[in-house]
Amino acid sequence: MAYSEKVIEHAENPRNVGTLDKDDPNVGTGLVGAPACGDVMRLQIKVNDQGVIEDAKFKTFGCGSAIASSSLATEWIKGKSVDDAEKIKNVDIVQELNLPPVKIHCSVLAEDAIKSAIADFRKKQEARKAK
Amino acid sequence: MAVQLPIFMDNHSTTPVDPRVLEEMLPYFTTKFGNAASRSHAFGWVAEEAVDYARERIAKLIGAQSEKEIVFTSGATESDNLALKGVYEFYKDKGNHIITCVTEHKAILDTCKRLEKDGAQVTYLNVDKTGRVDPDDVRKAITDKTILVSIMLANNEIGTVHPIEEIGKITREKGVLFHSDAVQGVGKIDFDVQKMNIDLASITAHKMYGPKGVGALYVRRNKPRVRLVAQMDGGGHERGNRSGTLNVPGIVGFGKAAQIMIEEGKAESVRLAALRDRLKKRIEDKIEETYLNGHPVHRLPGNLNISFNFVEGEGMMMAIKDVAVSSGSACTSASLEPSYVLRALGVGDELAHSSIRFGLGRFNTEEEVDWVANLVTEKVKHLREMSPLWEMHKEGIDLKSVQWTAH
Repeated sequence: MAYSEKVIEHAENPRNVGTLDKDDPNVGTGLVGAPACGDVMRLQIKVNDQGVIEDAKFKTFGCGSAIASSSLATEWIKGKSVDDAEKIKNVDIVQELNLPPVKIHCSVLAEDAIKSAIADFRKKQEARKAK
Repeated sequence: MAVQLPIFMDNHSTTPVDPRVLEEMLPYFTTKFGNAASRSHAFGWVAEEAVDYARERIAKLIGAQSEKEIVFTSGATESDNLALKGVYEFYKDKGNHIITCVTEHKAILDTCKRLEKDGAQVTYLNVDKTGRVDPDDVRKAITDKTILVSIMLANNEIGTVHPIEEIGKITREKGVLFHSDAVQGVGKIDFDVQKMNIDLASITAHKMYGPKGVGALYVRRNKPRVRLVAQMDGGGHERGNRSGTLNVPGIVGFGKAAQIMIEEGKAESVRLAALRDRLKKRIEDKIEETYLNGHPVHRLPGNLNISFNFVEGEGMMMAIKDVAVSSGSACTSASLEPSYVLRALGVGDELAHSSIRFGLGRFNTEEEVDWVANLVTEKVKHLREMSPLWEMHKEGIDLKSVQWTAH
């Protein structure tokens, strides 16, 4: 199976690889997938006071399509409001990267990673308000 | 010296045709194009003579007593099918039990599944953590209904060589037929159907620098005489065992490939084992958290199957895309399951997903090995920097204690 040019481009030049401080109240962390399944994505967002994602980082254990999906996800959510970022669907990633059917789960995982990071961020905000 | 890219290190999947093999094949496409079954003219005689010469060379390579014991097929999958189905159909009134092992090639396992639907009882023996079948397990599994034991010579993924000679002693003593899929090992490691008491053996040309599309089944004719029910009906070629016009150029190439193995196989294996060990050492010296899959000693000379913990196999293959290798990662197959062979060894799914198989062959050089070792070192480092698992490992988190969201 040949990879699409966009997958190769992202896998070779991944955007936003790295780690944000998971203890920062403005940072949300999503860790999805499982080593036994061959994919684990960690996606982190840093949200400013206006509710805009000002930074996003990822690390992924997985195939080229998984790396490309998470790289693209960080690229897309940066600069978006949390609410807009939440609207990103896996099919958008599938289309952009031309993922074949066997790689659709990579895009699903990337969507889950975004949602999971946002959920973590919101939980922290709720906890802070409650104090 | 600069290496030429891409580098082929997937010689278990197939091998290039040796130029000496190709040279010998060429006239049989053009001037000597006759049908080996044409008994009435010179074109047929020339073809038949070439086929018989190839038969002799192949018989000699595997230690057969007679060239009449070689049945040409389209490849090892057909040979495996013919051996199992042919024996089962002929002997099923005597018994319906077949013994094989869990790490066999799909050509054996899926054929066994088919036979189970037809009433066969199949025992799938487990292997130890290096991938070897215990001959004692074979002995214990044999019943009065057992007609056939099928154990491969060497495994295609992990390179583990089975104790074939010991198994052959047991099957001979018990009066049970013994088939071996010898595709990966023949010519490269010790293999002799007489010494090892093998009754049927599948081999193929393209794993030994011959052409694709031609294989053979060795069928013993003496002590015991093995009988088969043919699976292809037609003109009754190959003593009624396999109808169909013979692939004369392919068979000529197969014969030449066998002859080269007779003359050079031993020396080549010494060279490949040294190259393989060099690759292994260079990788292991520079990269921590690597795990060898398979047996440290009883192993095909060109095989190195290694798991790079915290790096996924397909991601790794993409990162080293100038080097053709293979992986036991799920992502390389249509299913999402990692390699059934690695699972059978008890390699965890995480490490199975991280495995890379290097298959060295005749045309690989020391320069290539060094170049690949450097590339692999660099890319593993790069991918680990991108791996959340590596970061967690470095922070001292036990990955087994994490609640993962399986998907």
